[in-house]
Amino acid sequence: MSSRDSILNKIKSNQPSSVNELPDLSVLGLEKFDVIETYKTVLKGIGGFCEEVSSLDEVKNYIATHYPTEKRMITTITELADIAETDWTNDDPHSLQNVELAVIKAHLGVAENSGLWVTDAILGQRVSPFIPQYLAIIVNKKDIVPTMQQAYERIGAIDYGFGTFIAGPSKTADIEQSLVLGAHGARGLTVFLMD
Amino acid sequence: MKVGLFIPCYVDQFYPQIGIASLELLQKLGCEVSFPMDQTCCGQPMANSGYAHLTGGCDANFVANFSEFDYIVCPSGSCTLHVKDHLHSKENEAAATHIRNNVYELTEFLTDVLKVESIEGNFPYKVGMHQSCHGQRGLKLSQMSELNAAPFSKPEQLLTKIKGLELVSLSRKDECCGFGGTFCVTEEAVSVKMGQDRIKDHAAHQVDYITGGDMSCLMHLEGILKRQKSNIKVIHIAEILNSI
Amino acid sequence: MKNTIDHSTAAATFNKDVERVNWHDETLWFVRSKRDKSAHAIPEWETLRETASNIKNNVLSNMHHYLQEFEEKAKENGIIVHWAADGDEHNKIVHSIIAKHGVTQMVKSKSMLTEECHLNEYLADNGVEVIDSDLGEFIVQLRKEPPSHIVLPAIHLKKEDVSDTFHEHLGTEKGNNNPQYLTEAARKELRDTFLTRKVALTGVNFAVAETGEFVVCTNEGNADMGAHLADVHIACMGFEKLVPQRKHLGVFLRLLARSATGQPITTFSSHFKKPREGQEMHIVIVDNGRSTQLGREEFRNSLKCIRCGACMNTCPVYRRSGGHSYHNAVAGPIGSILAPNLDMKKNADLPFASTLCGSCTNVCPVKIDIHDQLYKWRQVLVKEGYTPTSKTVAMKGMSAVLANPTVFKIAGKAGRFVIKNMPFMVNNSMNAWYNQREMPTPPQESFREWYAKKQKESKDKK
Repeated sequence: MSSRDSILNKIKSNQPSSVNELPDLSVLGLEKFDVIETYKTVLKGIGGFCEEVSSLDEVKNYIATHYPTEKRMITTITELADIAETDWTNDDPHSLQNVELAVIKAHLGVAENSGLWVTDAILGQRVSPFIPQYLAIIVNKKDIVPTMQQAYERIGAIDYGFGTFIAGPSKTADIEQSLVLGAHGARGLTVFLMD
Repeated sequence: MKVGLFIPCYVDQFYPQIGIASLELLQKLGCEVSFPMDQTCCGQPMANSGYAHLTGGCDANFVANFSEFDYIVCPSGSCTLHVKDHLHSKENEAAATHIRNNVYELTEFLTDVLKVESIEGNFPYKVGMHQSCHGQRGLKLSQMSELNAAPFSKPEQLLTKIKGLELVSLSRKDECCGFGGTFCVTEEAVSVKMGQDRIKDHAAHQVDYITGGDMSCLMHLEGILKRQKSNIKVIHIAEILNSI
Repeated sequence: MKNTIDHSTAAATFNKDVERVNWHDETLWFVRSKRDKSAHAIPEWETLRETASNIKNNVLSNMHHYLQEFEEKAKENGIIVHWAADGDEHNKIVHSIIAKHGVTQMVKSKSMLTEECHLNEYLADNGVEVIDSDLGEFIVQLRKEPPSHIVLPAIHLKKEDVSDTFHEHLGTEKGNNNPQYLTEAARKELRDTFLTRKVALTGVNFAVAETGEFVVCTNEGNADMGAHLADVHIACMGFEKLVPQRKHLGVFLRLLARSATGQPITTFSSHFKKPREGQEMHIVIVDNGRSTQLGREEFRNSLKCIRCGACMNTCPVYRRSGGHSYHNAVAGPIGSILAPNLDMKKNADLPFASTLCGSCTNVCPVKIDIHDQLYKWRQVLVKEGYTPTSKTVAMKGMSAVLANPTVFKIAGKAGRFVIKNMPFMVNNSMNAWYNQREMPTPPQESFREWYAKKQKESKDKK
């Protein structure tokens, strides 16, 4: 017998004889709070920066004044093509190793933990939010939901190859619990909250 | 109301004053109390060491001694919890069930059954409360710091009624003292370190006394305090509540 | 197998350096405090725990179905699924994938399963170099030590230790203990590793039966850096990692990081559903004793564990004995109820390395009754004969006396019985108590002697 079959057989004979019911999730995530304010507070608490903007021009200006534009910038947003490359999405992912800043969009954000949901449909490349030195993500204010419960309701059954919640910059506290930003991924995260 | 006084074996032998205080306190509060002379031990020492299968004799003896009472009251959260969770009888399970349902730790008996509103007592000292884990997390005598739930404390509710008593607020309000039954010798290093750390917390709040509902914890802390030649003393909560 | 030093002996050694124990205790207590703050900020926290527990109970009771559903969906997604009955088969499967691609190097993000299976040693013996990319694991790997904590692998080390290690292996400045500086050095070193490895291995935090996807949570982004740059991604999971549906992830992701470190969520919660174009993705589903544990009714729900480490951070014994004293890949309270299932003889000491204080059970995000299981394992280990005979003899003697009131009364003149026989004295010379503690002074009379006297006096009065 294959290991698969012997494992499954043993599980079948050892698992409880009746199935425990699944709990109701609709009772969760009903707390009321100011979603945008909470989002901003939580993001700040985990080391991210928040900028409220009403247009992509504001995003452009912010980037031009806050990041070294002489270094390599990439984006998936065509409107930002004059400040960042847009033709990298089919390149070897290793070639992104020298990127200073990636500017991408998020499908939605989660107020309770400041996570931003992105999938490979809008990432250009899976490695794009991880490999750059810095990361900036644009999300619409109307797409911020209160908790993970609503986030998964929004995500629903959509198909993707890869998706991730990004909450703040890459970090570690593995040396004496001292927090250090920029472990392997982005050293800093700016979230543009778009009206 | 017929109350059977259940005195843990080590309290009987080492700390008779706790038995006396418990008896007098319950009598003062109007209970008809007796101490069944043939009681020995609840069997917890064996059970917690993995020998629950050897506790049948203790169980039978316990049932024989306590089945006639309306309530069984014990100045120990740990022993009470053991009886509540593990007492069974092959011969008379109905009696064992009655006991399990009606066994109370002393302070919860005062707050929940007697519903004591005031206690005559005078104890003009700074006191730190050591929560025994079995009393707290087992019997839920007070809220547990891990849970997101409203705070309460049955023993502290009583202590605050005592004149002159100043209750301190500890930095780690419900950390284990490290006694743990046989743990205190099989894991001597960790046990003692835990006890020393617990004492440090009380000492940092300048207590005169460490009190609690379980003398086993206090005996362990007392052993360390004495070795350290500390001025801090331990006292069982029954003695404070009976301090007039 | 190396000789195992039992928990109490290792703990005694750990306690020789008082300052370090204090530091270890306070650091982990700090993590526990962050967990409290975070958990107490969610009004429905206890409902969340209950919900998570119920979801996992459902999974355990329907594992046979969910595993097949997961396998089917994962295959549809283009993932290659393997099954391993034990650690050895797991290691062979991983090695065969690496060998097939003709490489001798692999980068790996945190996976306690691979620690449990001793994958690194196996691959090293077969000529494959593995580099652990989680900073904590990278540190302990350089030091040739196992991780001491499932979430904070290097929590037993001070920054000076890390500095020395990095100076030796990475050529950092001697004596530069700045965590920022040291982390930067590791970042540079590992970036090169990520860019050059063709095979990346990750653990799995959750696997979704409904969709065939799996979720990997990290703060550093190391799992993603490895997986998205490699040609081959191997993900290894114990079969208990399943959740029924995607929406259930919301419950667990709300609990995991808050319980672990007090963060609202890990920085990255990555959902891998299909390999990226041109990439190969493997999942290795491992049993290694889990199906046996599933059959132990009293211990089955230990399989609900989501490896947050909260029980370790809160455990007063773990904080004062260090992860290595548990001689098991998973240390602390949860490790002590998982380990006897793997090897009762080797791990018979672990369920006794606890005061049964119950704090572990209260912080557990999936409501495993950890301290009750420690108690139950003690009963099993005694019955199976894994405790010293001398202890059994002493316990039998004690229970005989305690069951017989007449004998007890004779034996028990104020203090005598307790001093000779009390549980905390059993099978030990007095030294273990006396070493650092005074014994209570036996009083003039026991309570029962006093009581008998009083009874007699009041009878005489009448």
